[in-house]
Amino acid sequence: MKVDRGPRIALRTVALVYLGLLLVLPVGLILYRTFEDGIGAFWDQISTPASISAISLTLEIVAIVVPLNVVFGVFVALALVRGRFRGRGIVQAIVDLPFAVSPVIVGVSLILLWGTDGWFGGVADAGFQIIFSLPGMVLATIFVTLPFVVREVEPVLHEIGNEQEQAASTLGADRWQTFWRITLPSIRWGLAYGIVLTIARALGEFGAVSVVSAGASGESETLTLLVANRFEDLNLPGSYAAATVLMGFALVALILMSLFEYRSKRA
Amino acid sequence: MPRPATEVAGGDGPDGRTPADPSTPRPRARSRRRARADAGGVGPLGLGVATLWLSIIVLLPLAAVVAKSLDGGLPAFWEAITSPPATRALQLTLIVSIVVTVINAVMGTLIAWVLVRDEFRGKALVNALIDLPFALPTVVASIVLLTLIGQNSPVGLDLFATHWAIGIALLFVTLPFVVRSVQPVLLEVEKEAEEAAASLGAGNLTIFRLIILPALLPALVSGAGLAFARAVGEYGSVVLISGNTPRNQVASQYIFDRIETDRPAAAAAMSVTLLLITFAVLLLLRLFTWWRTRNEG
Repeated sequence: MKVDRGPRIALRTVALVYLGLLLVLPVGLILYRTFEDGIGAFWDQISTPASISAISLTLEIVAIVVPLNVVFGVFVALALVRGRFRGRGIVQAIVDLPFAVSPVIVGVSLILLWGTDGWFGGVADAGFQIIFSLPGMVLATIFVTLPFVVREVEPVLHEIGNEQEQAASTLGADRWQTFWRITLPSIRWGLAYGIVLTIARALGEFGAVSVVSAGASGESETLTLLVANRFEDLNLPGSYAAATVLMGFALVALILMSLFEYRSKRA
Repeated sequence: MPRPATEVAGGDGPDGRTPADPSTPRPRARSRRRARADAGGVGPLGLGVATLWLSIIVLLPLAAVVAKSLDGGLPAFWEAITSPPATRALQLTLIVSIVVTVINAVMGTLIAWVLVRDEFRGKALVNALIDLPFALPTVVASIVLLTLIGQNSPVGLDLFATHWAIGIALLFVTLPFVVRSVQPVLLEVEKEAEEAAASLGAGNLTIFRLIILPALLPALVSGAGLAFARAVGEYGSVVLISGNTPRNQVASQYIFDRIETDRPAAAAAMSVTLLLITFAVLLLLRLFTWWRTRNEG
């Protein structure tokens, strides 16, 4: 299809104007609003005790969620690719479930399971509070990020096959040695990509976490909750500043993603 | 789907010995072969651990929602989702999501076409920009859009707490789906057929309608379906923009509101309804793909 210069430029203009209005203009505007009163004002907003506690809580959640997702994600991917068992289709579907479930429903389901009136309410009665405290937020974040590592590692495992692993085990390597020396090095870029996706989503999760968080400022408020709460308290500069911090994280994630994608394609 | 090599290789023992008599069982060799086929796997215990993990994290919570929604039996469930606020929220969600999906299908295909067939400076940057909505936290998307179309809008466009604003927020977060599913297919479309059609005198619109669109259709449908599924459950990007008045409540906000005000049965009923809608869409997509491959194969 050879499109003449005129219509081609018209189509290009439509596409660019649409993207400009929908994406670039709003993001540019919020950056402008954040730094309108200088970088000092921005710094003041993100160094308040509430901000610092929100940033550290968010990082704490990420630090708990990522290792768990890596270990179990690689585990599930290995089981799906290397294992031969009945019901593999079902396991595949379960892994994809979190993508199809609204974050709010994730929060509600956790309350109905772990809350005081829930099925596992006994845990809360025994004094180990899950809902409206850190474990609940961690569970919510694990739920929404569960597919990433599995889905990034799985195709790589398929592609490399298991001939090398077989060779290793024939030569007397045990399962652990085989995994550590053969499997892990070959999946490392796919795994890295999955980890970045997990971190990005964990940092930015809002819906699921807001349902199970007690939402007390300076205590159980993550960065995303801080953005929303400050906005609702009409503290706009504070809200913009926290949003800009999150955008910074997102930008780093985007850059790392394209880097790892490039590396894994070359490998 | 590639299979483990051993399954295909089969044959005799790995050690190269031929079995003396096929009728005599060789348990040791067989167990060794199974161990080899299992190399790099996780074994039965590992499988158990993986299943347990998935159950505790994903399955049990969702089962608890379904059970809660059916606490009072089917009539109570029906009553909960047909109450006026529930139907209003559901209706708003579905209508806005459908409109957003249609706009996405058109604009997404257009953007993908420009990114594949057009050449201009800064195309790589525009291409990278498409992923921005996936990388940006939803609540940030909310704030970002509000600076443009909120009460302090620099262009005087105050759409705060309108259905328009909800639609724009959903357009923002679902932008990448259609673009990213159509783009690779468009890259692979055979140019020969297009050239042949052109040399036979077909105009561009005819070529697009008869050659390009049919080739793109599966990807377009699946991208649009995913965008719809996402739009129906979206919460973070909508929550600050919609003003959260009962008139502007989308389904996910309705659920949030009910669980906050301690009406878990209503929250669970709406959750299950949303889940059913999403699953139905995803199932239809799968059937569509299956039907296409069967008819082509």
